[in-house]
Amino acid sequence: MSTTTLAKGITTGLRAAMEKDSRVVLMGEDIGKLGGVFRVTEGLQKDFGEDRVVDTPLAEAGIVGTAIGLALRGYRPVVEIQFDGFVYPAFDHIVSQVAKLHARSLGSVRVPMVIRIPVGGGIGAVEHHSESNEAYFAHTAGLRVLACSTPHDAHWMIQQAIETDDPVIFYEPKRRYWDKGEVGEEPAGALGSARVVREGTDVTLLAYGPMVKTCLQAAQAAQEDGHSLEVVDLRSLSPLDEETVLASARRTGRVVVVHEAPTFLGLGAELSAMLSERAFYELEAPVLRVGGYNVPYPPSRLEDDFLPDLDRVLDAVDRSLAY
Amino acid sequence: MSDDEVAPLETAFGVDHHVTHAELPDRPAHEGGPDMVQLLTPEGERVAHPELDPLVEALSREELQGLYRDLVLIRRFDAEATALQRQGELGLWASLLGQEAAQVGSGRALRPQDHAFPTYREHGVAWCRGVDPVNLLGMFRGVNHGGWDPDEKNFHLYTIIIGAQTLHATGYAMGVQRDGDVGTGDPQRDTAVIAYFGDGASSQGDVSEALVFAGVNNSPVVFFCQNNQWAISEPNEKQTRAPLWHRARGFGFPGIRVDGNDVLAVYAVTAQALENARCGQGPTFVEAYTYRMGAHTTSDDPTKYRVSAEVEVWKHRDPIERYKRWLTTSGTADAAFFEAVEAEADELGRSVRERCLAMPDPDGTAMFDHVYAEAHPVTARERAWFTEYQASFEQEVAR
Repeated sequence: MSTTTLAKGITTGLRAAMEKDSRVVLMGEDIGKLGGVFRVTEGLQKDFGEDRVVDTPLAEAGIVGTAIGLALRGYRPVVEIQFDGFVYPAFDHIVSQVAKLHARSLGSVRVPMVIRIPVGGGIGAVEHHSESNEAYFAHTAGLRVLACSTPHDAHWMIQQAIETDDPVIFYEPKRRYWDKGEVGEEPAGALGSARVVREGTDVTLLAYGPMVKTCLQAAQAAQEDGHSLEVVDLRSLSPLDEETVLASARRTGRVVVVHEAPTFLGLGAELSAMLSERAFYELEAPVLRVGGYNVPYPPSRLEDDFLPDLDRVLDAVDRSLAY
Repeated sequence: MSDDEVAPLETAFGVDHHVTHAELPDRPAHEGGPDMVQLLTPEGERVAHPELDPLVEALSREELQGLYRDLVLIRRFDAEATALQRQGELGLWASLLGQEAAQVGSGRALRPQDHAFPTYREHGVAWCRGVDPVNLLGMFRGVNHGGWDPDEKNFHLYTIIIGAQTLHATGYAMGVQRDGDVGTGDPQRDTAVIAYFGDGASSQGDVSEALVFAGVNNSPVVFFCQNNQWAISEPNEKQTRAPLWHRARGFGFPGIRVDGNDVLAVYAVTAQALENARCGQGPTFVEAYTYRMGAHTTSDDPTKYRVSAEVEVWKHRDPIERYKRWLTTSGTADAAFFEAVEAEADELGRSVRERCLAMPDPDGTAMFDHVYAEAHPVTARERAWFTEYQASFEQEVAR
């Protein structure tokens, strides 16, 4: 058991994966000497060399496209996309190639690739540096989508992502990079599993990535008002751990989904539909969503108005309880 | 690498830009220009080329005959596929008519350990690699999206998004470098990768990015551009202002234009480029100057955008006719050989037709296969639901 930041949890996870398997190759912009703009790969090029920690040309399609070739040769590339909004030049390779090659080859080809994306807002950045684009990738069959929220999960989930033979989009909550926490000796659950991170009886909050902390704070505040909130960290967005979600929804009868991404056609829409299909008679209230508005991510002076915070979560909790 | 160091690599192909134009063939730009490497004229006359001649002279009589056989058989296969489409047995076909020499010449320059990354038109390369041609029909018939094992013949899956495969090829070549399979001097080990694409794809950002990645990594990859003059309905001048092979210089490695309808020239140029890659000298851009004699695909109507006079001009540059003439005049093959190849082609056509018609439609559940390499609950649940739903109809019929 050791205490570290979420960013360093990923670093130690990457290091462990690289020590275990010499075919793990990191690729990205500025990830070598600089250690990445968030320093997640700090020290790795020095220890593993330039062939395994590759400072690539500044071209996202090129990075993911060549990573596909490396994967076809038997390597396990781990690609860093510098910021969420920079992934779109690689979108074609991710959805048309990475996601489909296994099926196209009738199973003869595997593309064990991890695409790491620092995600979300709250750091006062300029445009294209604060987006939450998980729905695009969760909507693409053939990809797995993970979102870590703690140093412990950061350390273990990145290793699970590298070990699976399926391609993984791995979201890292950039505003939580510097949050500290304990890293234990074992993963918190299997790849694809959600986790109840706070038990409660009145309302279930479903969250992932940066919003898990916000929801835990909301649950703490609600407790002072006499409401018992359960918080589920989804951890995996594709597939969703529907059983854990359903079990919690059945216990509380009320569900609020919280994410930074716009609510329109976001993960909350899928969760809400799934719950109404599978737990209709056990719900006391409609599933409510708290998320970004259906606008381009706003300038940073406005991001506090855009991003869900403790008050907006509690407002939704009150509305749910009013049914 | 400085600009000064690039030029000598191009001269290694016998394309010396410092010689005066008086020494180069007097060939107009619309016929490929003076720099285009040609070993056989359209009339089938052998043109001497001091640097490349040894590569051709090293080919045995059987190998030289084999190139002809490849050209004829793949054209016959292609014609059969076009006919199958016209008869409703294929949903679509992308014909290689006119590009046989570019594909066979380059395909036969590959060694077993080399890897090819095709577009969706490289039927001739697939043939040279030993892929069963019937396998190529699956995606056009609609029974799969590809479906051969790329590692079986080192021939990767057809890629429909144009240009994307050039990056996959480059990444693959970066993997070859990491495996240490470059420049060892072991002819069975040193490995090159070839990326096929066309003049239309040359405009895609992916291709430029592939040239960047290959250049800075000095990767063992040959960029083989079949300039067939037309990207569906758009002529060359809508894609590029400068000759395509000139591009290589800007990325720091040699480029060369070869007569794509001259199977010997394509073979020699590609063999040299692949060997340079295997030796650790890095990438080469080969522009095979050719012509798409047919439509882009069977859904296209080229009479709407190009004149028949142009097609007539290219008919006189036919890759098979010129090679047959040379085989005859050089005494490399005789009438009995040509007749035997014709008979073999007819047999191939019959067999391809028969096996295409016998190709079964897959079971509906096949769409759930191989979506993920490891178990995925959504796919599993939907597959189970679909199976049950289908079974419910069978039960109704049984009642």
